[in-house]
Amino acid sequence: MKEVTILSGKGGTGKTSVAASLASLAKNKVMVDCDVDAADLYLLLKPTFRQKQEFRGGEKAVISEDKCTGCGLCREVCRFEAISSEYKIDPISCDGCRFCYNICPADAITMQQSLSGHWFTSETRYGPLVHARLGVAQENSGKLVALVRQEAKHIAEQRGLDYIISDGPPGTGCPVISSLSGVSLAVIVTEPTLSGIHDLKRVIGVCQHFAVPVIVCINKYDINSENSHQIENYCQTQNIEVAARIPFDTLVTRALVRRIPVVEYSRNRVGREIEKLWQVVTGYLN
Amino acid sequence: MILSIASGKGGTGKTMVATSLALSLSQERPVKLLDCDVEEPNAHILLKPSLDCNQAVSIPVPRVDEDKCNYCGRCAEVCAYNAIAVIAERVLVFPELCHGCGACSYLCPEGAISEEGREVGVVQSGQSGNIEFVHGKLSIGEVAAPRIINEVQKYLDREKLNIIDAPPGTSCPVVAAVKHSDFCLLVTEPTCFGLNDLALAVDVIKELDIPCGVIINRDGIGDDEVDKYCLKEAIPILMRIPLDIKIARLYSQGITLAEGMPRWREAFLELFDKIERLMSNSNGREGGRQ
Repeated sequence: MKEVTILSGKGGTGKTSVAASLASLAKNKVMVDCDVDAADLYLLLKPTFRQKQEFRGGEKAVISEDKCTGCGLCREVCRFEAISSEYKIDPISCDGCRFCYNICPADAITMQQSLSGHWFTSETRYGPLVHARLGVAQENSGKLVALVRQEAKHIAEQRGLDYIISDGPPGTGCPVISSLSGVSLAVIVTEPTLSGIHDLKRVIGVCQHFAVPVIVCINKYDINSENSHQIENYCQTQNIEVAARIPFDTLVTRALVRRIPVVEYSRNRVGREIEKLWQVVTGYLN
Repeated sequence: MILSIASGKGGTGKTMVATSLALSLSQERPVKLLDCDVEEPNAHILLKPSLDCNQAVSIPVPRVDEDKCNYCGRCAEVCAYNAIAVIAERVLVFPELCHGCGACSYLCPEGAISEEGREVGVVQSGQSGNIEFVHGKLSIGEVAAPRIINEVQKYLDREKLNIIDAPPGTSCPVVAAVKHSDFCLLVTEPTCFGLNDLALAVDVIKELDIPCGVIINRDGIGDDEVDKYCLKEAIPILMRIPLDIKIARLYSQGITLAEGMPRWREAFLELFDKIERLMSNSNGREGGRQ
């Protein structure tokens, strides 16, 4: 079983549209949405059956008013500025380090595990889907990414599926790193804007740092052909294949409005490029 | 005043709005722009600031003096992140797991642990015309985005207008970026993705008790579900930017809307007037925010 993750660095370059189309083209796969902050893939795959489970990520400190003597030691040592002058913990600032819990001379502090979100397993007409929803203003998105990937792997093993196709998060930080460990290939969807190029280079750096092979897909490549050319040159210096060049076409949005993968909406140049991308991906995976 | 520009979904136009608003307003007042999207900072590409000031951001990680250590295991016991382990007569430190809370060094009974800085990113600042510019940059392979964002936020200046370009999403980096804001502008697009992620972002902003308004970018490409949502939730739509290939091309070259299409300056000034009016109304009602 092989896992391919779709990343972009910059948000809004078309990761999810590409992922949904790969879901439509690939056989024998499980889909997983690793953008646990703002999962969108399910909107296109229209899951029918769902199992909903709780995700309990980190702990938060709680101070018992009755036991607290107001000595101030906890406030003194807390480096996350999570304890107010009235000795109340701000759960958003609390990092769950337990320092205060470990040193409180009055034993007034307990650590409580909070509900940090939910994750779902569902069936779609493209196969099983695992996705999640991180709770409002919660941390531990990296842990939740690891959890949904673990579940997708479990499903793939159980059902003897060949591929895990993972729609990754934007950025280069904690959830991106969590979505990269041990994957066979990263597909980076970029756009020919100066921001797109800047962010592409950074996310390629992350993939190289963790020794994950990379291929690139340029979306809306004809919006600025000079920049597209620059991306091609850069990829060449890094020995990275540019596997597809998707033209700008409003039908991508029209497919989105109809909530279907763009390859099913029209087999025009856009669809053909994504088919080409999938062929290159399978070439790498097999 | 602190005004943040956020969105659940990435690529909706946060940076384009933040930079154009800063440029339009900087003609008439002091403006600071703080790019808090430290995983992928882009505002500098559009504003081209001098960035002549560099400040490394480090996390204090433990260093164990094995001459003093008696392998009691207290450090490993108190570490909530499994960043330190004691195996037989060896102490292993995993610096990339360490959050720098300081518990191990403080609680070591032998005084065997000191701390040393481990660089995880950088804050750079400088000038772009009349705009004071600050951004943070997370090092490649690092996870500690909120730590860098907190450092960027130390450059906030209450005497001036501060515009924060926030990261996409809804989790800890977003919270770190917007938590001190007096008002939050949420940029979205009229598609099912835009709406889904806008609703998630609104939940976060409401949880933080920050007043907000919406900007619809690429107006006309999708449907009217975002409009309906905003009406239902009583969130004002403060600006609409139409789908225009000219705007997309300008952005691709790193040119702001305020510079590439100067007629938009007036629209951004009006946008700011609307925000000020909304804030003075809510201040009158609630007695103001601190």
